Amino acid sequence: MANRSTGRPASLTELFLSFLTIGSTSFGGGLLGWIRRELVERRRWLDDQQFLAAYGLSQIVPGATNVNLSVIIGSQLRGLRGAVVAVTGLLAVPVMILLSLGGLYFAAHGGHRLIDAALAGAGAAAIGFNLATGLRLGQHNVRKVSQAAVAGAVIVGIGILRIPLLEVLLVMLPVSLVITLVERAR
Amino acid sequence: MIATLLQIAAMFSLLSLLAFGGGAAVLPDMQRQAVEVHHWLSNSEFLDMFALSRAIPPGSLIVVLIGQKAAGVAGGLVALLGMFGPSCLLAFTMGRLWHRAGGAAWRETFEQALAPVSIGLTIASGIAIARSTEHDWPAYVVTIGTTLLLTFTRVNPLLMMAGGAVLLAAVAV
Repeated sequence: MANRSTGRPASLTELFLSFLTIGSTSFGGGLLGWIRRELVERRRWLDDQQFLAAYGLSQIVPGATNVNLSVIIGSQLRGLRGAVVAVTGLLAVPVMILLSLGGLYFAAHGGHRLIDAALAGAGAAAIGFNLATGLRLGQHNVRKVSQAAVAGAVIVGIGILRIPLLEVLLVMLPVSLVITLVERAR
Repeated sequence: MIATLLQIAAMFSLLSLLAFGGGAAVLPDMQRQAVEVHHWLSNSEFLDMFALSRAIPPGSLIVVLIGQKAAGVAGGLVALLGMFGPSCLLAFTMGRLWHRAGGAAWRETFEQALAPVSIGLTIASGIAIARSTEHDWPAYVVTIGTTLLLTFTRVNPLLMMAGGAVLLAAVAV
């Protein structure tokens, strides 16, 4: 691995400032890249292997992957307080920005035709962002017909038939797990 | 007010633990509950909030806006705690156990099984939101164009959202 950690302990203040920087600069996506750049390349608190292990785990746990990743890395570096500091740093600025934008938006409540159209346009692009995220992940992670079938069933179930999430998960998670175990055993 | 805050806390803390593969997974359910069950906002407001939240890192803070619409700033903060509290606690616990126990085999199996489900959920969330709002043809042009460009090129998503905003505002003139 190219990036070795220095093993130098992170102070809580440094940890907070690092995550504050990450949360305030990663507009437009790519948060994962920013987290890696700051913690692995710049601060050298982790090496690539530790980063990837934490990332893998953060994907298994429900919830926003990059928030989970901050919790896991914060806790690895400085325990429970590290986890709290990392998440608080990550979300502090974005939450304040959103509450301010929300305040402006609700005060105007859908008054202006052009602003409504612009927001709808940004929303239409944001939908495309979600679709593209799914497709990109699919390009790298869906290699077998069985996996494509599982993804397809979830898409139809929730996107088209609008079956509640809990019901879809209760069926599709065990199905996917069984398929994975059977294919690994072969 | 207190009743609304409790509803917000209950709704989001349940969704928190169902958000496999990230916040996108629960968007369709979140929309249904906030719009159809609790009547806190309309479908088109949901789309506006989705757009705003997508532009701000980490891109999954729409819960703050829904809570704020339902019960002011306190509602926004309760929604934030509800949505991220349980999953963060789980992440913390799993991180600790993982550190102690190792266990690469089960993790790899679970990762592999989870991948197609989360990918399906992410794509389904886009389809569900598009279908729930009045998506007319210019909006579909923006959605499909963005999907293709972001899948096959490295354009900044923020740029695409700005482009979509300008395009639909221009059509509305």
